[in-house]
Amino acid sequence: MSLVEKNAMEDAGLRLSEATAADFFALLKPRVMSLVVFTAFVGLIAAPVHIHPFLAVIAVLAIAIGAGASGALNMWYDADVDAVMTRTVSRPIPAGRIKPSEALVFGLILSAFAVMMLGVLVNWLAAALLAFTIFFYAVIYTMWLKRWTPQNIVIGGAAGAFPPVIGWAAATGSVSLESLLLFLIIFLWTPPHFWALALFKKDEYGRAGIPMMPNVAGIASTKRQIFAYTLIIFPVGVLPALLGYVSFGYGIVAAGLGAAFVWYGWSVLKMPEGDRKMKPAKALFGYSLLYLFAIFTAYLADVVVGRALALPGA
Amino acid sequence: MQIETIKPTQAELKARRNRSIAIGLALFAFVIVVYVASIVRMST
Repeated sequence: MSLVEKNAMEDAGLRLSEATAADFFALLKPRVMSLVVFTAFVGLIAAPVHIHPFLAVIAVLAIAIGAGASGALNMWYDADVDAVMTRTVSRPIPAGRIKPSEALVFGLILSAFAVMMLGVLVNWLAAALLAFTIFFYAVIYTMWLKRWTPQNIVIGGAAGAFPPVIGWAAATGSVSLESLLLFLIIFLWTPPHFWALALFKKDEYGRAGIPMMPNVAGIASTKRQIFAYTLIIFPVGVLPALLGYVSFGYGIVAAGLGAAFVWYGWSVLKMPEGDRKMKPAKALFGYSLLYLFAIFTAYLADVVVGRALALPGA
Repeated sequence: MQIETIKPTQAELKARRNRSIAIGLALFAFVIVVYVASIVRMST
């Protein structure tokens, strides 16, 4: 029995929730969160300052919660769009397991919690950057850019590129050119990654009314732009080695990964008109995920090995 | 006047219990995190 009067509940159109903790966890977009955690961790470890391991864990945890909170706010605002796309229709809100108002409150509380935790326990510059990232993703990207311009994911990509900068700021209390290079790699990686997806999900984005590049500028233009971005990201990926932040070992790996990215971009460019299967676009989408993971792993490995070799007696 | 109250279904009760456990564990973890972080910050 509940102390809540039945008539009052029914009059207000309320119902008791059957949402589980797993449904609320799904609101945090765990797969996106894992990428955020990894890149933030690399930024934190790459910083040339020692941070207590426990504070490092707290910093990464707070960044992960902040990223998850912005995902929940995104799902709250985009519930109508998610309901008409097969890729997102089973998310907790369109599936009816969580009410939009619950997702909104959950996202707002977690946002405030993550920022305060990072500020009080680590430092306030990192907290301010996290707050800006949540605002940028939830308001600038989700509420404004996404439904307004085909450049939505180009500009909005900045939100996904901030985690290594926040990780670096958590360790050092500052922002440096090296951390901005990590930002730039993710920022330039975002358009070919999402436009490859938009190519083979063009009809779904069209039904949802989202002005993705293939729907607005056409497939041929999108293919050219994807290839152009792969050409740009190739030298930018190598830049940290050329500037002396990491060794040429990293540079060789980054050059190989970048060359493969260009090759996949070329395959998309040469994809025949009217190709419904779009295998090259799907291959590029898959490779782009591997590229980001691999280049950040190479960066992390280079930093860790470099420090180990620099130890006295090594 | 007789007040008719809400009678949660088994599924609703199970979901509420699931959420309560998750909130409890999260709060407990948060207390531990703040406690350990305070000690770390005081010692560094």
